[in-house]
Amino acid sequence: MGFMMLYLLASLAMMGGFLYLILRKLVPNEGPMWVLSQYLIFWIIGELMLRYFMQKLPVMDIKPMLINNIKKSKIVNYILGRSAFSGFNMLSLVCFFPFSVVLISNGYPVLNVLLWLVAMISIALCLNYVNFIINKSDKALAVILGVAIILYGLDYFDVLPVMAFFGPVFHALYAYPITVLIPIGFLVVVYAINFKYLKRVLYLDSALKVESKVVETSELAWTKRFGDMAPFLQLDLRLIWRNKRTKAQVFISLLFVFYGLIFYTQEIYANMVFMHVFLGIFMTGIFLSNFGQFIPAWDSAYYSMMMSQNIPLRKYLESKALLITVSVVAMFLLTIPYVYFGWNILVVNIACAIYNLGVNVPVILYFGSFNKKRIELDKSPFGNMQGTSATQFLIMLPVLVVPMVIFSVLNLLIGLEIAAGVIIVMGVIGLVLRNKLLDAITDQYRKKKYGMVAGFKEKNS
Amino acid sequence: MIKVDDLSKKYGAQTVLSIESLEIPKGQSFGLVGNNGAGKTTLFSLLLDLIQPTTGHIVNNEVQVNQSEAWKPFTSAFIDETFLIGYLTPEEYFYFIGELRARNKADVDTLLAQFQDFFHGEILGQKKYLRDLSKGNQKKVGIVASFIGNPEVVILDEPFANLDPTTQIRLKGIIKDLAAKEEVTVLVSSHDLMHVTDVCERIVVLNKGEVVKDIKTSEETLKELEAFFGG
Repeated sequence: MGFMMLYLLASLAMMGGFLYLILRKLVPNEGPMWVLSQYLIFWIIGELMLRYFMQKLPVMDIKPMLINNIKKSKIVNYILGRSAFSGFNMLSLVCFFPFSVVLISNGYPVLNVLLWLVAMISIALCLNYVNFIINKSDKALAVILGVAIILYGLDYFDVLPVMAFFGPVFHALYAYPITVLIPIGFLVVVYAINFKYLKRVLYLDSALKVESKVVETSELAWTKRFGDMAPFLQLDLRLIWRNKRTKAQVFISLLFVFYGLIFYTQEIYANMVFMHVFLGIFMTGIFLSNFGQFIPAWDSAYYSMMMSQNIPLRKYLESKALLITVSVVAMFLLTIPYVYFGWNILVVNIACAIYNLGVNVPVILYFGSFNKKRIELDKSPFGNMQGTSATQFLIMLPVLVVPMVIFSVLNLLIGLEIAAGVIIVMGVIGLVLRNKLLDAITDQYRKKKYGMVAGFKEKNS
Repeated sequence: MIKVDDLSKKYGAQTVLSIESLEIPKGQSFGLVGNNGAGKTTLFSLLLDLIQPTTGHIVNNEVQVNQSEAWKPFTSAFIDETFLIGYLTPEEYFYFIGELRARNKADVDTLLAQFQDFFHGEILGQKKYLRDLSKGNQKKVGIVASFIGNPEVVILDEPFANLDPTTQIRLKGIIKDLAAKEEVTVLVSSHDLMHVTDVCERIVVLNKGEVVKDIKTSEETLKELEAFFGG
């Protein structure tokens, strides 16, 4: 996740930097600021949804303060104030700061741009606090989602010009610097609402109560067909489904199917084979890398039990490998529609999927044994670098760079078919040797056992 | 059953455990007492091969624990809540442990039925994850899970802590029943001198990593222990 986070932020910053040029090119007749203003409403709704799913107000840490000599209003201000520094508020800043710099360097008035940036930050903070209010009810989400769909629909079918309505509103934030006071005013209001509400419910049996949901269990009887692996497979499925951080990985992985759209649609990348290989490995292997690199750290909370139990380590690893294999195949199937952009994309993706299965699965499992950092499963995944170390960056080399280099070189020297063929053969060799490789990895896990047990016990590392 | 030979564990210059020799015969109920940092959990962790001994070794039923894993099928333990899987329900956890110890659902259900009283209606059928149970209830789950699969060696670290009085008394009965079986060796550590003298035939006192007392439990044992820790 750590790598993903940096990558996402970097992409966002890049996007912000190039946004001006992109908008100029896409809509040459209108000013970039004007175009951006049209779409800002959807950015806001999107950000709110993201926050709704991922961001929770961290009220639990303040328990010890309650009985100390601190005024309640101070505690509430502290909680709310601290949330202003949450990673979610960085999103706007990371994207719009470079955009503003580009604007200014293109001769836009400095005062207007700076105050517009302030307005954007205020809006992000507004969303931050609005989220805490709507987070209390599930209906709120349905309402927001409904409104978003209806707005978009109205606009799309030309019933009501939504963008045309919100466009000038947001553009005004740039055009008339004084209007910066409006989002700031909103911010003050939502902060006050939050403050009032929190102060009223700052008790162990209301706001500070840990919700325990009624569990819906399923037998997962279909896993029985996997024999000895079944109990571990069941455990892994429950691990993924019942913990915030793992669940988010699944959703993020699914979202990345659309990653290809950004590149395949642009002509600059049409002939960059290494880019296609990057996308192939990345899209079919996103779950492999996001989930796989933290094996066995996912089980860190109860690793000492696993190691003292009568567990066939081999089956444990096989189950993880199976899960990842299924994910690679599923992600590959989802990328098939990209054949629309050319047959060679399908060929590259097939080769990459097979390479992921044969070579990258064992490589990632092997590197997992170097991972000694504990993961708290129920912490939110966003901005949570827990469990990451330099190893995660090192992994990228064999996983991503090696196939890219091999493929590109062979493609340049001989041709696409041979390049794809070689990558496929490497994958197939890996698949044939899967058993041997898993044996070696199992040994590695045995050897590293004490280090892992000790490492996983250390909290907050 | 269990033989400890020249065992020591050092972290840097600090020796946390040093036992020249200790033998626990099969079927004995063995109590371990000592203040915090005396080395009780360290000894149990060594027994479960979770940490490596600096010198010496432990042999469990002819299996040297840091060389072979053959001790796992007949040994079970509950050390602390890290032995639980937080995102499972108690039932799912019991069945999972059952699978690991080659017991099917029906076997596990039969075993669980014997612990209805002990669970006091707070464990089964609650539709709650283990992470959402109270400390005491988590402990109940961990303790009972360690009985799955007829283990010959049962290791319980501080089983009485966090339990309510009724449950403590019931647990004493359960451990006594278990110890009464010829073939089961029970190792219990506790800070509660009364409980441990009640359920164990033999009590070993650890102090700063060394065995300072090795007593066969009798009428006077509690007084002797109180004198030791009080003085």
